[in-house]
Amino acid sequence: MLRVEDVQRCSSVQESRATTDYGETLEGKTVEISVEVNGTTHSGDVEPRTLLVHFIRDRAGLTGTNVGCDTSSCGACTIHIDGEAVKSCTMLAVQADGREITTIEGLADGEQLHPMQEAFMNCHALQCGFCTPGMVMASVSLLDENPNPSEADVRTGLEGNLCRCTGYHNIVKAVLSAAGGEQ
Amino acid sequence: MIPVAFDYVRAESSEEALGALSEHGDEAKLMAGGHSLLPMMKLRLAYPSVVVDIGRLADLSYINDAGDHLAIGALTRHRDVETSALVAEHAPLLAHATAHVGDPQVRHRGTLGGSLAHADAAADHPSVLLAMDGSVVARKSDGSERVIDGVDLFAGFLESSLEETEMITEVRIPKHTGMGWNFQKFNRRAQDWAIVGVSAQQLDGAVRVALVNMGPTPIRATAVEQALAEGAPAAEAAQQAAEGMAPSGDLNATVEYRNHLARVLTRRALQAAGVG
Repeated sequence: MLRVEDVQRCSSVQESRATTDYGETLEGKTVEISVEVNGTTHSGDVEPRTLLVHFIRDRAGLTGTNVGCDTSSCGACTIHIDGEAVKSCTMLAVQADGREITTIEGLADGEQLHPMQEAFMNCHALQCGFCTPGMVMASVSLLDENPNPSEADVRTGLEGNLCRCTGYHNIVKAVLSAAGGEQ
Repeated sequence: MIPVAFDYVRAESSEEALGALSEHGDEAKLMAGGHSLLPMMKLRLAYPSVVVDIGRLADLSYINDAGDHLAIGALTRHRDVETSALVAEHAPLLAHATAHVGDPQVRHRGTLGGSLAHADAAADHPSVLLAMDGSVVARKSDGSERVIDGVDLFAGFLESSLEETEMITEVRIPKHTGMGWNFQKFNRRAQDWAIVGVSAQQLDGAVRVALVNMGPTPIRATAVEQALAEGAPAAEAAQQAAEGMAPSGDLNATVEYRNHLARVLTRRALQAAGVG
């Protein structure tokens, strides 16, 4: 259905210009969306092409979610939509309209870290830390779907997340620890 | 990376989606989970003027027992296919291959119908559709429907035989309950596309073999199937796997290496599927 050859069509007519509360100038037609991020509703006009990760970082101001590869390979931008891990660089903000999002900032309960965050800390499951928000979000989703994973399950379940420090061993230990396994 | 600007239409029903397709013709693209289309738009390999978001059509997300086949809504996500007891029982090849598509995050968004409509020879699902003798239901805005057999669905490089105003609404997979099957996927990293892949499925009195990434389209290994039908043992028949194929060479593999992989992986798939 998608043909590379016949996509020489240009962008849509720019019919409006609008300025958001955040001071960003929007080009072309915009769509009003409302997304609940960590329990707070964020509403506003977006260009349809706005990526969800940019909405989270630039509009909601939550910069814990990182952009790594920007090609849905590395998993650094992993968040939860309605409780499931997804890569926010490969979603449009308009696709999240009306949905509930949790980012790394929404995991802790006040000063009380989420058990997965505790486990990452205790197992020294991070080195540079860039992949960590995505790793933690993917790991929480993994345990939601499989509360008692084997080590192999964890390694397979985290195959969508890359750690360029190659610190996988302790990450796997942390997830098993959070699941209640012996470490 | 940001896609080229486009107009956004959110369809609340398949009728609305098909209406938008009729209105905008080939300037419009349907977006289901968006995990094939959006990466291409970000790379600006695709820049549709209009994106029709069909991701909220919940009535096209289902897995039903339809007697001799499973009827799977086009918008059923990979995650739901992978975890379905019905699919596990009657179409284990589909369940297994689906669990190897991308990674968990991708499978939470990507859909079966979207993957098939994308018609990518390097994707896993088209080979499953071919090996299982599956078909898709294509609907037009006037409500008319036609069934397209898997072998007729893939027309060229990233091109399906769907008309511009048609959308896939359902995928039909004949039940192959208790029959031998196997899926081989050779790649470097877990989430990568297959360098070469093989779907093998035993049917009543026949064997289907379909290859991933061995040419511009998803393709059946008909020379292998023919050799098996004539009584050749699996190891011998598998030597025909690259026959008639036109794979390309790239950073991952030369043409010769892909041909070699096709033969080796086909042998493994056939033997694991219980073909003698």
